[in-house]
Amino acid sequence: MKALVFLEHHGDELEKGGLGVLSKAASLGEAAGVVLGPGAGALAARAGAFGAAKAYACEDEALSAPLPQPRVDALATLVEKTGTDAVLFAASVLAADVAAGLAARLDAGLNWDLTDLVLSDGDLVGKRPALGDTVLVDVGWTSSPRLALVRAGAFDPVESGGSAEVEEFEASFSDFSTLATLVEQTQEEASGPSIEDADIIVAGGRGLGSPEAFSLLEELAGALGGAVAATRAVVDAGWYPYSTQVGQTGKTVSPKLYVACGISGAIQHKVGMQGSGTIVAINKDPNAPIFDFCDLGVVGDLHQIVPKLTELVRSRQ
Amino acid sequence: MKIAVCVKQVPDATVHKRIDPATKRLDRSGEGALNPTDLNAVEEALRIKEAQGGEVVLVSLGPEKAAESLRKALAMGADRAVLVTDEAAAGSDLLGTSSALASALERVEADLVLFGQASSDGDGAVLWAAVADRLRRPLISQVASLTVDGDSVTGKRQTEHGYDLISAPLPAVIAVSDAINEPRYPSLKGIMGAKSKPQETIALADLGVDAEHAGEAGAKTTVLDLGPPPSRGDQVRVEDDGSAAQKILDYVLERRLL
Repeated sequence: MKALVFLEHHGDELEKGGLGVLSKAASLGEAAGVVLGPGAGALAARAGAFGAAKAYACEDEALSAPLPQPRVDALATLVEKTGTDAVLFAASVLAADVAAGLAARLDAGLNWDLTDLVLSDGDLVGKRPALGDTVLVDVGWTSSPRLALVRAGAFDPVESGGSAEVEEFEASFSDFSTLATLVEQTQEEASGPSIEDADIIVAGGRGLGSPEAFSLLEELAGALGGAVAATRAVVDAGWYPYSTQVGQTGKTVSPKLYVACGISGAIQHKVGMQGSGTIVAINKDPNAPIFDFCDLGVVGDLHQIVPKLTELVRSRQ
Repeated sequence: MKIAVCVKQVPDATVHKRIDPATKRLDRSGEGALNPTDLNAVEEALRIKEAQGGEVVLVSLGPEKAAESLRKALAMGADRAVLVTDEAAAGSDLLGTSSALASALERVEADLVLFGQASSDGDGAVLWAAVADRLRRPLISQVASLTVDGDSVTGKRQTEHGYDLISAPLPAVIAVSDAINEPRYPSLKGIMGAKSKPQETIALADLGVDAEHAGEAGAKTTVLDLGPPPSRGDQVRVEDDGSAAQKILDYVLERRLL
């Protein structure tokens, strides 16, 4: 299988999600990466270390803002040029729009929210947990190219130490694709590791009782070397910034350890964190749904337990 | 200002959702409801109409009984509804759905097309981008606040890294996030009035959409198999008697997570 992987970048870093998908694609066959925007050439060269034999770059100024429609044009050009079997994306706000736009443009099938990709008799098959992860669906495609959006954090980037041959290409843009323009960009800078990159996440929900209680979680996260995340309810209430929101309307995370404090485990939150390696839940309500999908469930008062845990972790160091 | 809002009927939240093993499609036979995050798109359309005048048209694709769910949005204040319903559209994937909707939207000739955040059943959050490409119109998605000013629209888009302020000329396609507003409840007067609002039902042929490009026939994706989800393994449950913090630490140390 010959796959093209869309490598999203932020500043001068390639996103981890795309590199993970690239490593996976390389394990299934021939993988190429594509980076779009000014500076793409230098970034594309880094794809080789994650299994790409080839990396494509388009440096057109029309691709400088992180907008989806010019990227659809560029990818459509590249797919036509290279005749790839599959175009793979790590899910993000931008990538979802690019993938769906490309599907319409190429009349190509798109499967989304995949947690795994396998080959069955040489054909690509995606694994998709559906209906709140109550069922695992095997999905396929009836024609080429096969388009796929992979759930965030499904694959870890694997450094293979190879190098990629970089090829720059020109794209032509549709009249409507460049009509939307970026006016202004506001970055939310959080201290410590971002929740997408953290191996350990300490997350808080309404059970914290007050915005001040987030300081308990920050201390625990600090001691563990992790990041703090929040549920939609508390972000909506203004207790914590949107950039830390985990769930359907926030980020999808998959740390090695997720400590859920005062989180009931509503489906809207569950879909954003169920890919975590180990889930520890602390909640006063023994009937909270989170106890159905955690590994260690602690029924108790987080205001007592979290500071004690922080002390215990600190005393080990 | 003519505003089209794309809405969908989904299984009601109280219905146990299941996939029919025979058709490998979602069982839609139970009670239906308007997709919750579509209400934010309806609300935003009504606010724009209230400020600037115009018409709010609901556009939907679904079975005939979806008309009941559309009535809720009419009761909120939308002016009329267009439901594309056709046996041949059943089992449509993104391609069939987006082409049927795009054709219906072309007929409506709206200045602004609004979508909600994601459907509670398909959960793709991808439809608008495919529709925008088919309509050849600019797109702004994940919009947390929206201003419509004369012949342009500006949306504040939530991303993983913060906010992007994006502007586009009309006509445009906008997908709103559920953070954009708090949808209103229909008033009694609205509910009574909804019954007499125009609800048009059209077939794929009326839109010039070929049946072979819709439904399962036109789908380029397929469901191969259904299975149980991977299990999380054995669960441990602890009631805090003062030693829970120690137990948590022991648990994570045992699994070499620190």
